[in-house]
Amino acid sequence: MIALTPERVLERLGERFPGVGFHRPTGDAVRDLTLYVPADRLVEVATFLRDDPELDFAMLSWIAGVDWLPREPRFEVVYGLLSLSRPARLNLKVQVHGEAPRVPTVVGVWPTANWHERETRDFYGIEFTGHPDPRRILLPEDWVGWPLRKDSPLGYEEVAFTHNTPGRKKPSPSLTRLKPKKVKIRAQ
Amino acid sequence: MTLNMGPQHPSTHGVLRVALELDGETVVKCQPIIGYLHTGMEKQAEYKTYTQSIPQTDRMDYLAPLSNNLALCLSAEKLLDIGMPARVQAIRVLLTELTRISAHCVWLGTHAIDIGAMTVFWYCFREREKVLSIYDQVCGARMTASYFRVGGLAMDIPEGLLDRCQKFVDEMPAHVDEYEKLLSKNPIWLARTQGVATLSARDAVALGATGPVLRGSGVQWDLRRHQPYSGYDTYEFDVPVGSTGDAYDRYRVRIEEMRQSTRIAKQAIERIRELGESGEYRLRDFKYVLPPKEEVKTSMEALIHHFKIVAHGFFPPVGEAYQAIEAPKGELGFYFISDGTPRPWRMKVRSPSFVNLQCLPAMVEGRLVADVIAAIGSIDIVLGEVDR
Amino acid sequence: MTDDPKLQPFRTLAPPPSPAAPPLLEPRTEEDLIREELERGILFTTMDSVVNWARANAIWPLGFGLACCAIEMMAIAGPRFDISRFGAEVFRGSPRQADLMIVAGRVSVKMAPVLRQLYDQMPDPKWVISMGACASCGGVFNNYAILQGVDKIVPVDVYVPGCPPRPEGLIHGIMKLQEKILASRVELGPTVPKGKRKGAA
Repeated sequence: MIALTPERVLERLGERFPGVGFHRPTGDAVRDLTLYVPADRLVEVATFLRDDPELDFAMLSWIAGVDWLPREPRFEVVYGLLSLSRPARLNLKVQVHGEAPRVPTVVGVWPTANWHERETRDFYGIEFTGHPDPRRILLPEDWVGWPLRKDSPLGYEEVAFTHNTPGRKKPSPSLTRLKPKKVKIRAQ
Repeated sequence: MTLNMGPQHPSTHGVLRVALELDGETVVKCQPIIGYLHTGMEKQAEYKTYTQSIPQTDRMDYLAPLSNNLALCLSAEKLLDIGMPARVQAIRVLLTELTRISAHCVWLGTHAIDIGAMTVFWYCFREREKVLSIYDQVCGARMTASYFRVGGLAMDIPEGLLDRCQKFVDEMPAHVDEYEKLLSKNPIWLARTQGVATLSARDAVALGATGPVLRGSGVQWDLRRHQPYSGYDTYEFDVPVGSTGDAYDRYRVRIEEMRQSTRIAKQAIERIRELGESGEYRLRDFKYVLPPKEEVKTSMEALIHHFKIVAHGFFPPVGEAYQAIEAPKGELGFYFISDGTPRPWRMKVRSPSFVNLQCLPAMVEGRLVADVIAAIGSIDIVLGEVDR
Repeated sequence: MTDDPKLQPFRTLAPPPSPAAPPLLEPRTEEDLIREELERGILFTTMDSVVNWARANAIWPLGFGLACCAIEMMAIAGPRFDISRFGAEVFRGSPRQADLMIVAGRVSVKMAPVLRQLYDQMPDPKWVISMGACASCGGVFNNYAILQGVDKIVPVDVYVPGCPPRPEGLIHGIMKLQEKILASRVELGPTVPKGKRKGAA
């Protein structure tokens, strides 16, 4: 198998979708081939990537949501694609705005996206339009809130130590029995 | 009739709930409901440094903890763009293959006991105890090892470990023969697993299955071969691939993988012996990796690096990286987005069991209820990974 | 069991006859014969002790493994750390047949109501062992998804710390539970709250 180079992928995408600017994310250490795709062209691009015999990204490996809170657009949905015959990986990123975040679903292209999109919605509240079963998957059905957003708290419980429990000045009385006994050391 | 195979069930391998709609004994609709073990690991990782997230990964696929550690470390190392010395890679490969053998042992034991073969359970756990003793010797904990670090290992391998591993890999093929003698031609096993829970290759790829589920359906894809990491391209091993995609093929694939893992482990042991039974166990890049303690006590720069790394954590460059490994269950990948601080902005775990479990409805709809148990067993899920 | 003399329930009335001692007065009447036989075969004990002894030596755990601790729980059923020596190798699938719920693993907020329901379905007498750090106090995970300690929803008898506790640790926990059972007061008959009992409590 001849390995698929990033340039070749960009060429093919450029040929097929001439108007769309697939730009790459900035950052010193973007280690994989990552392209930004506009949300409205997502399904077309995805279908092309899957069906094109040269690129053949037949498997969707994972979908992740990202919350860049102070930055707009606030959310990003990252699709990790895998081409088994080449072999190659490609990340597609779709930027989504913070108010009423919505992305078209790719369940029609890769059926595995079903649970991945449910999970992303469960964590971030991003709606995937056209998804057949948009229920919560990992959190209880009646949970309120989107926990992985940056403005949702971690929800940890304060552990009670002496210093943060009011009125406790020393450890519990039974612990005094553990004080070490004074031992007289005989000088040699 | 709607039947609920509840979160508490002896055969669901953890807290999996399957809502089955039955027509007599035939399954009309099957819906796995997960989330009963959701631990918020991805959220918690945003509050911890990369090294502090390593113990969390032990608790994901808790049958193969060192595999998960390896995936996180490789992903962070890809982000930092550092390579590992050969000895570290060999030790990692050795321990990961032993992990694979132990994970497959548990799989076989629990799958067999679900179908009714109790003896295999005791035998498999006997072998697993040997691997757990090896873990105990190497890092102090039987299961939740957290032995790998970003940049190498937590500490060097102890004396006597290689002899113990050698003894294990010498005895293991005989044990795998034992399991095969009990099961492979057993008419009950064949009746329960042949032709049961079939998944075609097209469906497997469309549903994103990886690992033995994908290979059992005939697709030749193994990350150790096709996207090698940690020096796997320098080892000789075969990748077993099934043909029909039923539970029996997946069983054969995993049994053969146990044999191949033994082969790789033997090669890794020889390699470590060549490179030295004690030696370097971490990369000497003190910007990201802790310097050796002897140097910390004598050199000022090493002391400062040690302080910075322990107090804050290392500062990776701004960017992102995804690295996947071939875990015993399939493709386990970690996607890190870093914003330059010691805590990752986002950690996403691509866990194989989460994706493989989606194949369950495709495997059992239209079949009998008893096949659901065989199917769940043959997919080999671990709920810690599914729910994270 | 334990060596604690207070918890040894059995004391025989007559010592067994030693072979060197001269035989007791020749058993003359049939009544004497019967009395001797009975004295050698009857045990006197209290109801508490016998019931507790039976309960402690046949604890049937509910198969309730949640996460990693479940694997160590399976290991105690395995050949190396054999729990069948303690009478507890039958892990029942149904809560209606189990006495002991070993909460092995982290309890997520989605699982908590299920756990409470299972606890309620177990018949009395029942005990709970909280195995591992996550079940005892939330463990490594202090966040929105994990219950910080299963004792928030069920009463726990023994806590076994560890992450995961070694199988020997869990067996030690089960032995401590056995001690606890042997030392407890037995409530026979339906449990009626104190205020409602007729006559003295």
